[in-house]
Amino acid sequence: MPLPTPSQTVGPFYGYALPFPGGGDLVPAGHPDAVTLHGRVLDGAGDPLPDALLETWQAAPDGGLAGRPGSLRRDPVTGGFAGRRGTDFTGFGRVATDADGHWEIRTLPPPARAPYLAVCLFARGLTHHLFTRAYLGVPAGEVASDEVAAGEVAAGDAVFAAVPADRRDTLLARAVADGRTYRFDIRIQEGPRGEKETVFLDFLAARPAAG
Amino acid sequence: MTTTAPDPAASTTTHGPAASTATHEQATAHEQAAATALPTQRRISAEIAAAHEAAGRDPVRSPHPPRDFAPYRSSALRHPRLPPVRVPADPEAAELYGPVFGRTDVTDLDADLTRQHTGEPLGERITVAGRVLDRAGRPVAGQLVEIWQANASGRYAHQRDQHPAPLDPHFTGVGRCLTDRQGAYRFTTVKPGAYPWRNHENAWRPAHIHFSLFGTAFTQRLVTQMYFPGDPLFPYDPILQSVTDPAARERLVATYDHGLSTPEWSLGYRWDIVLDGPAATLPDPEEDR
Repeated sequence: MPLPTPSQTVGPFYGYALPFPGGGDLVPAGHPDAVTLHGRVLDGAGDPLPDALLETWQAAPDGGLAGRPGSLRRDPVTGGFAGRRGTDFTGFGRVATDADGHWEIRTLPPPARAPYLAVCLFARGLTHHLFTRAYLGVPAGEVASDEVAAGEVAAGDAVFAAVPADRRDTLLARAVADGRTYRFDIRIQEGPRGEKETVFLDFLAARPAAG
Repeated sequence: MTTTAPDPAASTTTHGPAASTATHEQATAHEQAAATALPTQRRISAEIAAAHEAAGRDPVRSPHPPRDFAPYRSSALRHPRLPPVRVPADPEAAELYGPVFGRTDVTDLDADLTRQHTGEPLGERITVAGRVLDRAGRPVAGQLVEIWQANASGRYAHQRDQHPAPLDPHFTGVGRCLTDRQGAYRFTTVKPGAYPWRNHENAWRPAHIHFSLFGTAFTQRLVTQMYFPGDPLFPYDPILQSVTDPAARERLVATYDHGLSTPEWSLGYRWDIVLDGPAATLPDPEEDR
């Protein structure tokens, strides 16, 4: 079996290569079912990362995981970007953080039985990307507390249930009053006043033993 | 004068806005001090040697760099201190599937970085080709490969790169293509130059091309860098050396391939890429045990 190619940091100069117009707009503006997921990426000093890149991947609302091409749809006349087709939900988002470390995507809600977006984080200074999940399962005002919300998600989700109970809240995207906007901050390290480090997920653990 | 020095007591005895401000000022002052007194190459090289030695004692050797790699200074505040949570085998996990791309996502010209402007870029024209495989050795077909790089002078077409090397009006340094049915990709570009950075005093990055790759599963996502054989800057570079396993580091270096060179046109480099990570379409290695 071939040996894996190692990861290297994305560095500071990907900005003219990887982000693309509409990378955070998985659905057209004004789509009646759209939800907005946004937040900040913060380092161990509590400072924003102005040079992080986030990718999101999710099931379609019907649970389908096949995806659709067309996230980077091109204009063959100019060589530029044509934007996604409004009729195809690709499930893939890519956005860079701004000077405040803030990012934002507009998408369709994931299915209720798997109520999360997979999030992959890249940044200068990060030698190997990080995976986490943003769980959008709990509409605002319907549960008493984060603890209750986390319990409800854990009941139906093996990965969430594997996360130590006292860290699960870092994976909950918090709905604001309109019920269609969710906040999801990512702390790469514990903050200067003890703010919890976000839970990151290891999918490589199933690597076969070196032979 | 309307400003006063922060009260030292405030940062230790209160937890209000005063403490917040003091903490922030300290961090800023620390960053400024670090920026003006860069560590020497000798110190960084000693730290690299120590990190490699420590990693060599670890019986479980990852091909990937540790996220906490002190010689690469920017990693200090940007690595998790807690280990990642090992996820249980969950065949329903969305990450075992991933985004797909198709012919609408690339144009034919995207793989030739020398033809994106009205004139030809300066530099040594090269072809970079290879295959993308999964960790079972099967070709990754029809997936997106993206690259970006500095120009032949070592300058990126990025506002943040202001070091004194010329921009090339005929070179941006961005390309993409889809792998074919055998997992093969191919780019035409110019050989990038080495460039300085401020990780430490007299820090230079060896020439490299950034690669971004997708497999059939999001778990297989890879962003990495391809290097050129025989570059004398390798031992000095904390980014390449963040891969602590020497055999794994070798896998980041392309091979000069004379058969891929085109007479009176370009030099050829071959670089195959193997994506790590489980996928819904891959056998579960746990079942083989």
